[in-house]
Amino acid sequence: MERIEGLAKLTGRERYVDDLQVDGALWGMTVRSRAPRGRIREIRFDPAVDWSEIVVVDHRDIPGANEVLLIEPDQPVLAAERVRHVHEPVLLLAHPSREVVRRAAHAIEIEVDPEPPYLDVSVPPRPDQLQRGEDNVFKRLRIEKGDVDTALARAARVVEGEYRTGAQEHVYIETQGMLAWEENGVVFIKGSLQCPYYVHKAAIRALGREPDGVRIVQAATGGGFGGKEEYPSMIALHAALLTLAADRPVKIVYDRGEDMEATTKRHPAIVRHRTGVDADGRLVAQDIDVVMDGGAYVTLSPVVLSRGIIHASGPYRCENVRIHGRVMLTNSPPHGAFRGFGAPQTHFANERHMDVVAAAAGLDPIELRRRNLLLDGDETATGQRIVDGVDRIALLDQAVDLSGWREKEAAHAELARTDPWLRRGMGLACFHHGAGFTGSGEVMLASRLDVAGLPDGRVEVRSANIEMGQGTLTIFTAIAAARLGLAPSEVAIAEADTGRVPNSGPTVASRTAMIVGRLVEEACDDLRLRLGLPADARGEEIRQAVREHARATGEETVGRAEYEPPRGVLWDDATYRGDAYAAYGWGAYVAEVEVDLRTWATRVVDFVAVQDVGTVLHRTLAAGQVQGGVAQGIGWALMEECRWKDGAMQNAQLTNYIVPTSFDLPPIRVHFGETPWPGGPMGAKGLGELPIDGPAPAVVNAVARAIGVAPTEIPLTPERLMDLDRRAEGRHARIA
Amino acid sequence: MKVERPRALAAALGLLGDAAAPLVPLAGGTDLLVHWPVRPDARTRGYLDLQRLDELRGIRWSEDALELGALATYWDVITDSRVGAEFPILVEAARQVGAIQIQSRGTWAGNVANGSPAADGVPVLMAFGAVIVLESRQGRREVPLDAYYSGYREGARREAELIVAIRIPRRAHALQRFVKVGPRRAQAIAKVGLAVARSEEGWRVVAASVAPTVRRCRAVERRLEERGLPGSPEELDDALRADVAPIDDLRSTADYRARVLARVLFDATRKGGA
Repeated sequence: MERIEGLAKLTGRERYVDDLQVDGALWGMTVRSRAPRGRIREIRFDPAVDWSEIVVVDHRDIPGANEVLLIEPDQPVLAAERVRHVHEPVLLLAHPSREVVRRAAHAIEIEVDPEPPYLDVSVPPRPDQLQRGEDNVFKRLRIEKGDVDTALARAARVVEGEYRTGAQEHVYIETQGMLAWEENGVVFIKGSLQCPYYVHKAAIRALGREPDGVRIVQAATGGGFGGKEEYPSMIALHAALLTLAADRPVKIVYDRGEDMEATTKRHPAIVRHRTGVDADGRLVAQDIDVVMDGGAYVTLSPVVLSRGIIHASGPYRCENVRIHGRVMLTNSPPHGAFRGFGAPQTHFANERHMDVVAAAAGLDPIELRRRNLLLDGDETATGQRIVDGVDRIALLDQAVDLSGWREKEAAHAELARTDPWLRRGMGLACFHHGAGFTGSGEVMLASRLDVAGLPDGRVEVRSANIEMGQGTLTIFTAIAAARLGLAPSEVAIAEADTGRVPNSGPTVASRTAMIVGRLVEEACDDLRLRLGLPADARGEEIRQAVREHARATGEETVGRAEYEPPRGVLWDDATYRGDAYAAYGWGAYVAEVEVDLRTWATRVVDFVAVQDVGTVLHRTLAAGQVQGGVAQGIGWALMEECRWKDGAMQNAQLTNYIVPTSFDLPPIRVHFGETPWPGGPMGAKGLGELPIDGPAPAVVNAVARAIGVAPTEIPLTPERLMDLDRRAEGRHARIA
Repeated sequence: MKVERPRALAAALGLLGDAAAPLVPLAGGTDLLVHWPVRPDARTRGYLDLQRLDELRGIRWSEDALELGALATYWDVITDSRVGAEFPILVEAARQVGAIQIQSRGTWAGNVANGSPAADGVPVLMAFGAVIVLESRQGRREVPLDAYYSGYREGARREAELIVAIRIPRRAHALQRFVKVGPRRAQAIAKVGLAVARSEEGWRVVAASVAPTVRRCRAVERRLEERGLPGSPEELDDALRADVAPIDDLRSTADYRARVLARVLFDATRKGGA
């Protein structure tokens, strides 16, 4: 099946928010703090600018609460007395000319009496850096299973390690943007976003309105990766405040620099492992400590931490597990949702550590993993019994075989003997990713979705889940068409407009295909029922009934679905015990790298990605998701680095924040195991995030084997690798 | 903002000579326009657009020199098979500048005038002993490229002058090497750049991104002339220390630049260079 919006994107017909021409619209611009922390003393407006022609908004113009409401209400829409991070929004400006408003923003000085910022979570905050409780901790979480201390004391071997991962920028192609206007007393906000109802919730709070006083509409969205999960609420509120003040439509579109400096990044993390193995290399204890840098406000940090610690012990069987996690307030811009949502950080640590454990135990990395991978019937760290029919050892064996590991290792040894500079190595990672919201999250979301019969016999899927390049429109169309026996052209997907579609939840957490796709099926079934048709009615029967019903009643028939958890899925949020996710995707990735010892540059030369995500709904889209995730993971592993100074990103340009080009990527060979999962549509599980979990550890493990170093930190830039290599002195340096 | 678009070189030089209204020459615009949205001052200056000056276009061959007109682009060089045959590293360097869009607009003269220490085009030109031809209303003068730069982004061109051509002497080369070490394999700014040429005139070694300007490495050249090929990268360290002064910045570290330069130089001199 063709991608629904593919041709429009390919030909440039698709209209993103920056393309929407609105008569009389003003350009909005944000004036931001330059200090990481302090009290606002004075705001100076350059008298050379004619301020009478510029709309200026500050915190006093907010009709409702000065809060960007999400999990906690701590983040202001506009800073009032204090700022907590560089680039924190303080004022908003609007003018018909983008050029004028840009210059005006430069003509405002925000004077801040500085206070000491807290910027490094590897050292505890000093008393004068405290800004939350006794310790600047936003959230602590723990998972306990068995008796870790006794098991460590009895273990044949205990292996320790500390691993660090850096912030990562989303680099969606389309930067953040919003358009706001008022129509018959309703504030409309349209823009680039993943979660219409998150924006809606934040907007009614800050604008002080009833739910029907605000309507959020998604515009075509050029990539998200989580970066458009929470930040769009901020920019939407800014555009709305300006439109209310100006009484004109207002558009805000960030340029790349502002987007990179001011919006969220992946949480940097430090993960410590203490692992006990028995004489056969079986895991007997995993003691894991996770610290994340949350940035200046809570945003989504508690749930990022939650997903991070739940995945921290990997897809392995171990009777004694202790995982402590905390996410800290710092004075950098808030870190936020990014594909993988905490799991890539902990998976990197765990899979890198598994190679260190293997070396200590005298096992090869494949064998160590084979001995410890979860078998059906085993329990995870939270005590979830995994019984999904997936053979995780077979996935690993398949990845290893497809990669040609054994033959290549021999060739690599030969290369190291004959080439003065080039070294190659193989690296492996086994991992998993829970699909859908964590724990009881999906139950609390209580997602709803409609499928309506239209008067012309077609059906319309009404959901709040959006297309951002990942294939929602195509997948929903395919699911509804298959369920009702209609052609794809007979299925329409409604615009994600909170005035028209029910709240089917956010487009995040690998939940769209699996959770919401299942709701599409159920709403189709409900539609059939409401049409008075038998459960096996398909195609022409549906078409006719829809048309007749519309003719007879003058109304459309609407099939409805509401989320219900699969039977037997239980989670206890107080003890962090139980079924953390209804289903998991499983992966085994193998990377082959080449390190050039002239430059210490690493090139990934081959990549095999084997995963089981249940039934694959659309082969091309699914392979694209995997290849994109691998590319993003390789970037995070080797080159993508946010350079911070005093809480501000120094390299907020694509010339200096380096993402991989096609020349930097290997062939990415994608293979799917397809063990159907009965809870998902047509047997599918979530896929979107899984592919970002495996590449970084696989690549770094390969580098470690190629040149005999033990990296613990990413990105593993050539500069870092040079330092490691020099410390591991004398291991290479055969010069022809 | 003012943009002048003369059709003849004489008119262009006339406009440039007006000290009351200084103009920035604009050829491909690939350096100037990158920063357009974030540098408001770029919009208050005056520009001299050279695109209509057909006499500055293209590549000319003579008995003893290859001459690149001021509007000669990287693409002009990439697509000229004679350049590929005689000056292969000129083509190699051109292919490593940005992507095809930049290669088809960006000019060699612009690369010289812009004066970035990380330039990709300048090192190969300097290794071939190129001469910069400057012209003003007062006449022409020529400055060897290795004497052109006096400091960070400071070149010999005066405000009233235009670079009208780059002349590259045609010499028989026993060895030509170009190495660009970037943070990725394409579309990147050099962390270390190197051009090496060996002709009857001797060794020419030029390094980029390791000093305030693209730098001819005379101590290294002497070292190679006097003592022959090095036995290890470290044997080049003393000479390199005299020639270059790398720094820590957003893109790399001084330590990395120094070590990598020594290694790629060591490797470049040895490959077919004995």
